[in-house]
Amino acid sequence: MPRELKYAQAINEAIDLCMARDPSVYLMGLGVPDPKGVFGTTLGLRAKHGDRRVLDMPTSENGMTGVAVGTALAGCRPVMTHQRVDFALLALDQIVNQAAKWRYMFGGKLKVPLVVRLIVGRGWGQGPQHSQSLHSWFAHVPGLKVVMPTTPYDAKGLLISSIEDDDPVIFLEHRWLHGITGPVPEGVYRVPLGSARVMREGRDVTIAAISHMCLEALRAADTLAEDGCQAEVIDIRSLRPLDEKTVVESVRKTGRLIVAEGGWRSCGFGAEIVARAVEQAFPSLKCPPCRIALPDCPTPTSPRLAAKFYPRAAEISEAARAMLGIRETRPPVPASAPLDVPDPSFTGPF
Amino acid sequence: MMDAEILTRLYRGMLRIRIVEERIAELYPQQEMRCPVHLCIGQEAVAVGVCDALDRGDYVFSNHRSHGHYLAKGGDLRSMIAEIYGKATGCAQGKGGSMHLVDLDAGFLGATPIVGSTIPIGVGAAWGSALKGESRVAVVFFGDGALEEGVFHESLNFALLKKVPVIFVCENNLYSVYSPLAVRQPGERELFCIAGGHGVESHQADGNDVLAVRSLAERAVEKARGGGGPTFLEFKTYRWREHCGPNYDDDLGYRPETEFLEWKKRCPIAALRERLLEAGICSDRGIGEMESAVKSEMEAAVEFARRSPWPADTLLMGDVYAS
Repeated sequence: MPRELKYAQAINEAIDLCMARDPSVYLMGLGVPDPKGVFGTTLGLRAKHGDRRVLDMPTSENGMTGVAVGTALAGCRPVMTHQRVDFALLALDQIVNQAAKWRYMFGGKLKVPLVVRLIVGRGWGQGPQHSQSLHSWFAHVPGLKVVMPTTPYDAKGLLISSIEDDDPVIFLEHRWLHGITGPVPEGVYRVPLGSARVMREGRDVTIAAISHMCLEALRAADTLAEDGCQAEVIDIRSLRPLDEKTVVESVRKTGRLIVAEGGWRSCGFGAEIVARAVEQAFPSLKCPPCRIALPDCPTPTSPRLAAKFYPRAAEISEAARAMLGIRETRPPVPASAPLDVPDPSFTGPF
Repeated sequence: MMDAEILTRLYRGMLRIRIVEERIAELYPQQEMRCPVHLCIGQEAVAVGVCDALDRGDYVFSNHRSHGHYLAKGGDLRSMIAEIYGKATGCAQGKGGSMHLVDLDAGFLGATPIVGSTIPIGVGAAWGSALKGESRVAVVFFGDGALEEGVFHESLNFALLKKVPVIFVCENNLYSVYSPLAVRQPGERELFCIAGGHGVESHQADGNDVLAVRSLAERAVEKARGGGGPTFLEFKTYRWREHCGPNYDDDLGYRPETEFLEWKKRCPIAALRERLLEAGICSDRGIGEMESAVKSEMEAAVEFARRSPWPADTLLMGDVYAS
């Protein structure tokens, strides 16, 4: 029986192993050494690695990202943690103008091996400024790498690869994934940046999903299977570099593509995946691709409105049925738990 | 009184920057240097006075007006001119231009033109170096406008918190592009007092007096190297030419020409030359020889840049990532 860990523990273990192996790795972020340990992802690390390498920081997102960039130039490998993506918007000068460019604009003489962990909030009224998933923004910028692991296994393997990578990596964790469990081997292993993963094989429709939407896609695939539809679910997991080949090959096989992501529809990463599929697998497509994404409004706070805001497995399976001409015969199942929490054990507030 | 060797070195350093930039200004209309240039003519004393107090292994970070800082820290002249000409032999392979100079051997870790952006990076480089047990000091050069950026305050706060061996050098040349200090900051407040308000030891001096600059810098470097933490130095100085480009722009009327003429009378190079001659450290002839030597060095650098190849097309997509 393989060992199972929570996603948050997998993150914690990845940082722990990297710090033990390489003295140039350090961890910094607001709340990193606090009693909650960034949703458990940093708990115990200070006791193990000391207060010089596991640090709290001033509430200065831009300045401290610049400091991290500077330490990277001096030979360190900083891992910065922000408790929400939204907070890192204060640091866009340092992330986009500086970290992403220093290698190129100085002719390859300098490198910025920086990891910025950003957490995507959702539910319990996170609202307009605690829930944005801006992966598409970061993935737009040459010089940045962007990964969004879905499983505990990938969280650990991708974080180790990110910390060891010589380029700045934006590492996005969905808050609703921290509590999920899955098999995680002990010791160091790596999941390469730039590789997608087929989570479930199928021949009828490709569902390419990102982060938490992969779980919704797997649920959708379960219900579709009951209707005789074999959905192939791909976890994109690395947005830049993007493993285009895995998606395109799947679309050539199935002829149908649904992209499911937790960002906004317009100018979102889903559009990029659709474009690549259309450019490279147009003759295989049996119907127009479909994007499952957020409607173009800020995140509402009220649970009633938020329930309407976030697409779920039902939207994905409905899109697949529409593509395949399958009529829904089962009556809709009423939600067994509130829709604004990942599972009933989550009782807020953050 | 400093010894003759130091005085001569300071003079040569300033003269070299002046001659290099005047030649850039002369050649610029030929349209072969196809990138913005921000000349520091008039401000040479700050760069030279500060960098003279540093070791070669110390780090310097700079902004858009970086030629003087780069040269004063020991950056290679030929690579700089080739960079401005956009050639493969440039210090950044032609990918950066005048606003992105770099010379790792000289400890000049980089210049970028987003106002204030290298301030935290300089703090981080100094702190990271200290974390590794090195005894390096970092200097960040920036202008008066940078004090209006949030990141300046964030950086001072952290530098003091961690006693980072960094020196913040503010070249207050009174203008942010065409906007005078008076429309940007309250007049009753001195810039160095803002840093003082953060609890960072801060001083102000005449930025056109290279000896005053060097003396403050020397103290700050000694303190930083000894673990005493950051210092903020404000040097008042004046940019003679336009914000960006080779010309004078007093015809635009954004600053009174009399103001420029007053500052011109306080040329840092002329002032030191007078001292050198009076003290008998240098002769007119010696100074003339110094000038010709720098001029030939610059001509050779221009020749090198012009003859250098363009970057290969394959460089376009190179160095975006490690591999």
